[in-house]
Amino acid sequence: MTDNERTGSDSSPVDEPIPLMQRVLDNPFLLLFLGILVPTVFYIIWGVIEITQIPIAE
Amino acid sequence: MASSAAFRICPTTGLKVNLAAEKLIKANAVAAIVFLAIGGLFGLLVALTRWPAVHFLPADWFYLALTAHGLDVLIVWIIFFEMAVLYFASSVLLNCRLAGPRWAWAGFVLMLVGAVTTNVAVLQGQSSVMFTSYVPMMAQPPFYLGIILFAVGALIGCFVFFGTLVVAKQEKTYEGSIPLVTFGAMTAAIIAVFTIASGAIILIPTLLWSLGLVSYIDPLLYKTIWWGMGHSSQQINVSAHVAVWYAIAAMVFGAKPLSEKVSRMAFLMYILFLQIASAHHMLVEPGFSSEWKIFNTSYAMYLAVLGSMVHGMTVPGSIEAAQRSRGLTKGLFEWLRKAPWSNPAFSGMFMSLVFFGFIGGISGVVMGTEQINLIMHNTLYVPGHFHGTVVAGTTLAFMAITYLLVPLIFRRELKFRKLAQWQPYVFGVGAAGISLFMMGAGTLGVSRRHWDMTFADAQLPFDYPSAAFLMMGLNGIAAVLATLGGIMFVVIVVGSVFFGRKLGENEKPSYPEVPPSAVAVAHYGSSQSLRIPGTAMLVGVFFIAFVLYYFVNWKYLSEVWPLS
Repeated sequence: MTDNERTGSDSSPVDEPIPLMQRVLDNPFLLLFLGILVPTVFYIIWGVIEITQIPIAE
Repeated sequence: MASSAAFRICPTTGLKVNLAAEKLIKANAVAAIVFLAIGGLFGLLVALTRWPAVHFLPADWFYLALTAHGLDVLIVWIIFFEMAVLYFASSVLLNCRLAGPRWAWAGFVLMLVGAVTTNVAVLQGQSSVMFTSYVPMMAQPPFYLGIILFAVGALIGCFVFFGTLVVAKQEKTYEGSIPLVTFGAMTAAIIAVFTIASGAIILIPTLLWSLGLVSYIDPLLYKTIWWGMGHSSQQINVSAHVAVWYAIAAMVFGAKPLSEKVSRMAFLMYILFLQIASAHHMLVEPGFSSEWKIFNTSYAMYLAVLGSMVHGMTVPGSIEAAQRSRGLTKGLFEWLRKAPWSNPAFSGMFMSLVFFGFIGGISGVVMGTEQINLIMHNTLYVPGHFHGTVVAGTTLAFMAITYLLVPLIFRRELKFRKLAQWQPYVFGVGAAGISLFMMGAGTLGVSRRHWDMTFADAQLPFDYPSAAFLMMGLNGIAAVLATLGGIMFVVIVVGSVFFGRKLGENEKPSYPEVPPSAVAVAHYGSSQSLRIPGTAMLVGVFFIAFVLYYFVNWKYLSEVWPLS
């Protein structure tokens, strides 16, 4: 099935399940969650943890 | 006042245009261009001061102008225009009403009040802390307050966009998946939410610190979280201007993406990994581990770079496929040679794509590599890089689509056509020159934030190589050229919007030409053909340039840092 043919179950001759990746990409709020989660964990939280572990000068 | 569900039909594409969304697109685009003009003027003053033979401003005015330039063009112009893109890509492309137009107006007013507040604070002269505003340098409270208000307004705009996606789905105004341009705009909106959240986390305590209510802000913590906002805000631009590339390809050529799935996966790479490139600003900070630095830049950032390279191939590829389907099949490049180079929407978009890839993209990867970053960290190479991405890339792309918005959304005939044909070339060449010459000066070690590269009043004299002075002179000339292109753009757009002939209700604009197949911009669907030999050749040239430049920098590193 080509992309042009795939426009939802209405136009599909067989009621095929929607592939997982397509369901992910069609869910803006899941993408919003992932788009905040990944940089928050890898950049901000991990970075802040490293800053807190810097020894205080005496 | 028109109902929020009132529509008109676009005589060119047949799309339903929500009148409430149309007004918001106009308001945001006008505000964007006003701040582009203000920020561009400050940019000219900065460039004339960095031009050693001119050295135009005294030190205090230089830092004031640099602060205003950074804020007005990196944040205000770009994000106002992105709000216009978000409302266009949601309401217009999905044929639906805008969710919460009153909220959208509230967001617009907050952004406007915030931008004016910050500008006034900067112009008063007590907040010349530059765009980065690193602590312990302290600006006046209105400086931070204005940025916070602006960010809250932009956040409201993002949620109006997400609300409109929900409205369109509930009201079934489209079938299947959203169009690719809307998906790209959604990517920009997602990155914007992270950006604004990072800004709020660090700027609210900094505002309290400037009011005397918080005693201390840790500089490294500030810098880390601030760049979550400062760099990610430029990733909103990347996502938005890539969406604009796809939109212009569809609206000028009726081009469909080569593969919807591949292009969406490339946007997914942006959503997941583009923001963490912020870490390249921290690559010389001793407080972070190599694991944190390398994962966030050289490892995961490359997945976002992969996304950009996919777009860099599929956008010209989709144009080539569309042109070849019209019979322009001779040789490798007839499709490109016979492209409408006098249409500023196309010429601006194509130059944006080339400059973004060759200048901004390659230099971004070089700076994201921990070892070779040392050659140019905090030198003028950094502004050279981001003028390649934000000015030659994003700004040129936004200028290009404005030439379509004027007749289609403002419903005015474009004035000064000859000037419009030349404008993208003048601005594009100027912007590319600024990027290249600053990168050249940065490679020779010129500091990015210093007022006087001759160090005339320094106790210990220091001389940059004479080539660095040549680079800064050429940078000044390129900046004058880019400013001329910017003035041409403002004159054309303001002249057309306020004095251009109003198009009739069913009248199709004659220039720039928009074919009926432009409606492809609002539909899901891939190109029927994958035969793109010309694009494959261009991609090959890009890879050769990329590999050569990357390894030249490693060679250069071995020379500036000899080990025995």
